[in-house]
Amino acid sequence: MNSVIRGASYILAFAPDMVIHNGTTQTTERTVNPNSEYLKQIKDHLRTFEQVVKYLPNQTYIGNIHPDELAKYEQPWNDKEVEGFGRFGKYGEIMPQDEFIVLMQMCDVFDLVKLEKNFLESTKEKLSQHPLFDESLMNRISEGEEAQVVKKYVDEEHAEPLYNNGELIGCVKRAHDIDINLSAHVMLENLVSKASNVLALLNLIAKNNVNKEEIDYIIDCCEEACGDMNQRGGGNFAKACAEVAGFVNATGSDTRGFCAGPTHALIEAAALVKAGVYKNVVVSAGGCTAKLGMNGKDHIKKGLPILEDVLGGFAVLVSENDGISPEINLDLIGRHTVGTGSSPQAVITSLVSSLDKVGMKITDVDKYSVEMQNPDVTKPAGAGDVPLANYKMIGALAVKRGDIEKKDLQEFTEKHGMIGWAPTQGHIPSGVPYIGFCRQDILDGKIKNAMIVGKGSLFLGRMTNLFDGVSFIVEANKGKEEEKSAVSEDKVKELIAQALKNFASNLLAE
Amino acid sequence: MSLLNGKKVIIIGDRDGIPGPAIEECVKTAGAEVVFSSTECFV
Repeated sequence: MNSVIRGASYILAFAPDMVIHNGTTQTTERTVNPNSEYLKQIKDHLRTFEQVVKYLPNQTYIGNIHPDELAKYEQPWNDKEVEGFGRFGKYGEIMPQDEFIVLMQMCDVFDLVKLEKNFLESTKEKLSQHPLFDESLMNRISEGEEAQVVKKYVDEEHAEPLYNNGELIGCVKRAHDIDINLSAHVMLENLVSKASNVLALLNLIAKNNVNKEEIDYIIDCCEEACGDMNQRGGGNFAKACAEVAGFVNATGSDTRGFCAGPTHALIEAAALVKAGVYKNVVVSAGGCTAKLGMNGKDHIKKGLPILEDVLGGFAVLVSENDGISPEINLDLIGRHTVGTGSSPQAVITSLVSSLDKVGMKITDVDKYSVEMQNPDVTKPAGAGDVPLANYKMIGALAVKRGDIEKKDLQEFTEKHGMIGWAPTQGHIPSGVPYIGFCRQDILDGKIKNAMIVGKGSLFLGRMTNLFDGVSFIVEANKGKEEEKSAVSEDKVKELIAQALKNFASNLLAE
Repeated sequence: MSLLNGKKVIIIGDRDGIPGPAIEECVKTAGAEVVFSSTECFV
């Protein structure tokens, strides 16, 4: 029987100081043009936590506003504030930077995150009110340090500084004297990824009525690598995150594929469950500091706030068929192969043509979840409306296949597509942001199925010029069927009766 | 005669637009010499 999507969670962590100090657009600018106007202007273009909580796409990401509702608001969205919602949502939460930095320390098991004692004490107090941070997590917090100790680590020990509201409040120490794979920079990026993944895991458990002990396996699908000089991407984020989240019965592994990682990981999870290897597999990922403020120059040029100011994270629970939750149909996997080619048409054709196996039309899929980047972020930066471009391409393919008329192209993009809402955090917007809503929409009978598409820019790793992509279909549960044996009970009775009859006939004959 | 005939071309493709290899194929047929081609990601 097909495995099912039992639940999903989505989290954001507001990180304005990390935009300035850890986003690669800004760190690169600091290296090549340290006195640039851009660097001077950034601090005046950062949003407050309240603004980030009231930002429509963020409330969509954590599950409070359905994408269909978001689409009703005229763009741009950065000049609008939505009232009535707080930092907690149906599927997750938006965490402020100070709490997130302390969460990073909770996730640090090598005494690398040092926090100034006053900052730590006040934030610890805030975190003690958080519904998901129990005693075992709070006990992971270390003692605070004197401010001058933190400064010394930064000035003399190559530690990466941590700021809150422009003030140095801590640092991440290097984990090795000479190994660049364990440098303070790498450790900070990895601890950020780990912490945002853990927050997604905690929300997955809390929002979906799941016991931590039930989880057998976890697959991390972020885009970072952890390891040392002898095995740079040795891993394993998954198990490290499971440990902090308290998944005592789980092991795990990492799956990578740039932005296609989450879809690859979900197919793997569905296969592991369907094959009976594990009953409950979590696919999850944390966010990426490097991409914070990636398009900041364009945003500031247009007088906008820097909109890439949040880290993203998500978790999806794939479980044995419960007879209710939507199923992952593993018979309809689309994949971009080595021989597919790199043109956008070829890519989309390879991902959507899985429908041919069962004679489905492109219009037989109710919703396509593609690259769900928030257009409010990408349009001012000149990158266009990414989901819409994907829907136009799928629609064009539908025209080519004769599934729709050319005149119905726009209607297709509206009916089968969605407006984007996810932060530009690479793997985070890729296919997976809709899974939470998709599960609910299918359960509500609003749609019968959806295709989740993940695409990855493998060429960025300079190992191949190839692109990548995979897709799968989520569909309404067909009901729990008993496993059909090869021979039915009636047939067995009939065979036994026939055998006895033959035996009796033979006896009589003798 | 094509505009690109005999010219040297530097290509920067967009991952969500037209990727480098696709532009390469086009400009080669127009007689250009590709001296650099790459695809970048802005999202």
